Amino acid sequence: MKTSSLLQRVMLLLGALVFMTPFLWMVLVSLKPSHSSLIDVNPWSPAQWTSTPLEWDNYARSLTIRPFALYGWNTTKVTLLGILGEVLSSSLIGYAFARLNFVGRGPLFILILSTMMLPAQVTMVPLFILFRTFGWIDTLKPLIVPAFFGSPFAIFLFRQYFMTIPGSLDEAATIDGASRFQIYWRIILPLAKPVLATVAFFSFLGRWNDFMGPLIYLSSESNFTLALGLASFQGQYSTDWNLMMAASLVVMAPCLLFFFLGQRFFVSSIVLSGLRG
Amino acid sequence: MTTNSHTCRFWSRENGEAYLFLSPWFTGFFLFLAFPIGYSLYLSLCRWDLISPSPLYVGFQNYHHMLTEDPRFWLSLKVTGLYALGSVPLCIIVALLLALLLNGKFRGIGLFRTIYYLPAVVSGVAVAVLWVGLLNPDFGMINQALRILFGWFNLPEESLPKWLFSQKWALPGLILMSLWGVGPGALVFLAGLQSIPQEPHEAAMIDGAGAGRRFLHITLPLLTPMILFNLIIGIIGSLQVFTQGYVMTGGGPRDATLFFVLYIWQKAFLDFQAGYASALAWVLFCVILVLTLAVLRSSRMWVHYGGEDNG
Repeated sequence: MKTSSLLQRVMLLLGALVFMTPFLWMVLVSLKPSHSSLIDVNPWSPAQWTSTPLEWDNYARSLTIRPFALYGWNTTKVTLLGILGEVLSSSLIGYAFARLNFVGRGPLFILILSTMMLPAQVTMVPLFILFRTFGWIDTLKPLIVPAFFGSPFAIFLFRQYFMTIPGSLDEAATIDGASRFQIYWRIILPLAKPVLATVAFFSFLGRWNDFMGPLIYLSSESNFTLALGLASFQGQYSTDWNLMMAASLVVMAPCLLFFFLGQRFFVSSIVLSGLRG
Repeated sequence: MTTNSHTCRFWSRENGEAYLFLSPWFTGFFLFLAFPIGYSLYLSLCRWDLISPSPLYVGFQNYHHMLTEDPRFWLSLKVTGLYALGSVPLCIIVALLLALLLNGKFRGIGLFRTIYYLPAVVSGVAVAVLWVGLLNPDFGMINQALRILFGWFNLPEESLPKWLFSQKWALPGLILMSLWGVGPGALVFLAGLQSIPQEPHEAAMIDGAGAGRRFLHITLPLLTPMILFNLIIGIIGSLQVFTQGYVMTGGGPRDATLFFVLYIWQKAFLDFQAGYASALAWVLFCVILVLTLAVLRSSRMWVHYGGEDNG
């Protein structure tokens, strides 16, 4: 059997320390007094965490200097509604591809997958014009509504997962008089928790961190998302490193939190879909 | 009712239900994809400032201008190409090495996998802001580490890279940053490694092949499907880099990080040249398509699919 040598473990450990350093550096800088010299900041020196007073106040300051609570609320709305829309629509579409016989099933599935190839920039200007016609510019709608029409990657994941659920369940339910929609809603979806969690997580990451969308569609500060607010904060306070790192950490925190919470669920699907992130 | 009948007619109940289930996708497809694609194609043949009532048809003028009179078009292509050339192979090599290290059984291996994956979970503006700090020439973590190295080799401190402030080092800095997100690629390789059967290794070991030769002749060929996957994902991703350019460098210094997508964005929403931006976007699409197809086509020569041919 495969055994790991000591050398392998030492290298893994060193690499892990290198990978963790940016996070630790960020935390340490975020706790520095304003305008202090950063030249000797070393997150691996315990003294630096204990000797100087750590300014926890920086977090409150950085988040109130600009209306980050409002940005957070906007981002939460965009993210939650977007996830809801993407999960509902994509699972329904994925169910049809996994379970129903219909004209053009094969070609349509290939068409859906091939739409992933198209870079978003191709439709960027026309979509801007379309949403302007709807009167949706400087609202959150362009960032939410398209989610309700299915996303190709999520459709693919749902379809693959539904195919592994035995069809005998559907047949038994049909005999009991359940409609197609009831089978999907009452039987298949409750059995698909791992893929639901996976799709929701990737959808969360994409929407929470989206920058180009908000940049194109939002103009008043009261509509800003966190990504957009952080970018304009960085433009304005580019020398206040402690405040910038504090704000960035707060924006990152939910992504890290959900990853730790849901790890078990999606580590295997991450392997399947290593592309996201 | 027979669920496995192959004759499904268009007017059957099942067909109707299926199309009902698919109706969100059809609506979205026509509204947010098919129509915008057509409109974008048309716009790429027009001149339009997004404000005047309607686009002015100019034929292939945008494409002609781009190819013959726009040095920034070529520059942004070059910048993006260099970034991809640097970032994609480096990320694949590091991901592969990492996967080899992670492919073992001991306590705490799960924690290591999590740590290496973590940077990929955070992305976008927050990471860009963090790396502006890490790449700062004076106090950034990168130059702090390099300063120690330079000290060992008695190199002058002035020769430390100025990273994002330097025309020469800005792009390498962003390539270095891309290495931090290598986790997902490593997990793909790890999955590949774990599906490799032990027998060929054992047989080769009996024949006296060393670890290096076994890796080169057994492991690496069996990992080629994962290399192909990471290569395609890497190419597509690196050609669409935007946030780093916008947030960290603004495309500078002196257009040294003018990524192609950043240039498209500038043309569309700063210069209000909607037609020209659309033409640029189609060029991007063609570049991605051609590169992807070329890689797929070439894969017949270097990708080995195990299973069927070693029976």
